[in-house]
Amino acid sequence: MVHGEVWTIKDLFVLPNEYIYWAIQIVLYPYMTGLVAGAFVLSSLYHVFAVEKLKEIARFALVFSFALLPVAMMPLLLHLQQPLRGINVMMTPHFTSAISAFGIVFMTYGCIVASEIWFVYRKFIVQSIHRLGNKQRKGVEGLLLMIYKVISLGAMDLSPEALEADHKATKVLAGIGIPVACFLHGYAGFIFGSVKANALWMTPLMPVIFIMSAIVSGIALCIVCYALFMWLRRWALARGKNYFLPDQLAGTMNLSVEEMHEMHDYETTLTAKYLRIFMILAITLELLDIIFRGYTAVKSWDIVREVIYERDFVKIFVFQYGIGNALPFVMLLLPGLTTRRACLASVLVLFGVFMMRWNVVIGGQSFSLTFDGFMDYVMPIIPHNLETFKEGLGGALLVAATPFVIFYFLNMIFPAFYNDDEAH
Amino acid sequence: MKRRDFIKSTAVFVSGAAVSTSALVMLDPQEVLAENPELRWGFLVDTLKCVGCGMCVKACKLENDIPYDANVTRTWVERYVMTRDGEVFKDCPKGARDGYTSKLIDENASGMKLVSDKDITQAFFVPKLCNHCELPACVQVCPVGATYGTKDGVVLIDRTWCIGCGYCIMACPYGVRFFHPVVHTADKCTLCYHRISNGGNTACAQACPFGARKLANLRDHKDPVTKIIMTQRVGVLRPEYGTKPQCYYIGLNEEVR
Ligand code: SF4
Ligand code: SF4
Repeated sequence: MVHGEVWTIKDLFVLPNEYIYWAIQIVLYPYMTGLVAGAFVLSSLYHVFAVEKLKEIARFALVFSFALLPVAMMPLLLHLQQPLRGINVMMTPHFTSAISAFGIVFMTYGCIVASEIWFVYRKFIVQSIHRLGNKQRKGVEGLLLMIYKVISLGAMDLSPEALEADHKATKVLAGIGIPVACFLHGYAGFIFGSVKANALWMTPLMPVIFIMSAIVSGIALCIVCYALFMWLRRWALARGKNYFLPDQLAGTMNLSVEEMHEMHDYETTLTAKYLRIFMILAITLELLDIIFRGYTAVKSWDIVREVIYERDFVKIFVFQYGIGNALPFVMLLLPGLTTRRACLASVLVLFGVFMMRWNVVIGGQSFSLTFDGFMDYVMPIIPHNLETFKEGLGGALLVAATPFVIFYFLNMIFPAFYNDDEAH
Repeated sequence: MKRRDFIKSTAVFVSGAAVSTSALVMLDPQEVLAENPELRWGFLVDTLKCVGCGMCVKACKLENDIPYDANVTRTWVERYVMTRDGEVFKDCPKGARDGYTSKLIDENASGMKLVSDKDITQAFFVPKLCNHCELPACVQVCPVGATYGTKDGVVLIDRTWCIGCGYCIMACPYGVRFFHPVVHTADKCTLCYHRISNGGNTACAQACPFGARKLANLRDHKDPVTKIIMTQRVGVLRPEYGTKPQCYYIGLNEEVR
């Protein structure tokens, strides 16, 4: 069978070679990239704009964004027909292509996040070396010590001046990081927005729309995960279930119930405030796009309208705008916001952003280039070969689960919930 | 085995292998151009002559090793049926590989449709293939440069370098590209580059019993096909995308996109 044939249903007049070539993995690609960028922007709010109250969640967001980073590449690789040749993009980048420089932007961004984490955790790393060096090591501690020694890069100076320098460097990196994160994701938007053959994708607003929704999704994910992990950690610690506490398990930190700090409601509510601001921006831009298309009504509008208002009506207006935007927005706006409500709203926001990516990527392919026919994507649920696994539910879940696995191990080295009053 | 025999058999093997791969490898465009700098391939489709027999589609599939039953094709023929009340029906079952032998119009999920003869005001066929655009969108977007334009105006794909991202498939406004089901790289019409570079004709043009498809050297003003393009009223598909297609059509009308 031809690539795409399994999950494509054609209706009316569709050209013989037209299929849904970009399936769930390409839906996930901007989604994951967006989460990375958004989480980083959240962490920068504290470092750059000195929003003191966000300190705890900012640290978490930074480490989490690092855990998400490798996963942003994963859907692209899983989607390639020749995944082993993926490296060709680095060898012969063809710079008129919007995808080709992605690797470079991505690497730059990765380096910024990594070095920021290094500066934030340098003090902790050095302290850990001393601590681990002076005691009987057991289990993974020997390995940890080695890792710390390597990543400390020999910078063992903990004098106030040195720490001050760390602090400055963090600030600078977070500052550079914001535009780069936006660029990274705006770039993903450009990949779609610049495809002139696609009537739904082609709009200069696409990168901006993507950036805004990326920040929205990243912040929402951090709220949900932060609250969830905090709750899970307290629960696990009280019951001695150490496998839920990777940092405890690895001996990176020795926690006690009293020391384990709580999730403060002001952290969620304050973060939720930023979430609201970015949501307004994102929705405004998206609506502007639709209104503009309807108003100018160029030739393609007939088919785009049919897709938006008829075929994909439920997906766009009910799922994306209704459940994914309007409802959580009201939930966040109502007075007396609790962490639980903020989390629920954030889950809906995450769903809404996912539906937005779906409606853009799949929706953009759901009509024929001739404007005379339609295509429907039926996501393969039960895989019967590698391709239906990769481009189906299995592949999607794999991509969604990976950041959490990475985060688990990353937590052993850089405890994301580390509470240190003088640290930055 | 004696040393001599070994050398001999190696030589035979190597030259044999070289011959068989050279049959697959595209000619170096520089070489072709060096022989004939005044070369820019183009194509002419006379829709008035096409009867929808699908010979060209068959010939292309066989010539270019596109699995015969796979639902993708490098060239295809569309059928247009217009009725008295302004409706337009279009179809292209299996790319018209088997020719149009039935009056039923294949509307995919919406089923088969029969339009009664007396309602029909116009009906015609339009063959399509890669337009070998002057400013190809597909070449612009390929992240690794696996899709490239030759100096003599043909757009080709390097099967050994394509990573299979499908960006070019998305970018081509004409839907001529697909993933080859066997080699798993992007694929499309090469204008039978292996044949035309050696003085031959494209397989589709050669197979067409009615002369609806013709290859042209657009730089050669004495070329009879180029003369037609220059002296008659011809059109191209979807000029609004700015790709400057080099496949010209006689008898295009508004419904054809
Ligand atoms: S018709 Fe499509 S595939 Fe062919 S050259 Fe033009 S853009 Fe590229
Ligand atoms: S599918 Fe191949 S030829 Fe097409 S853009 Fe991707 S790498 Fe280039």
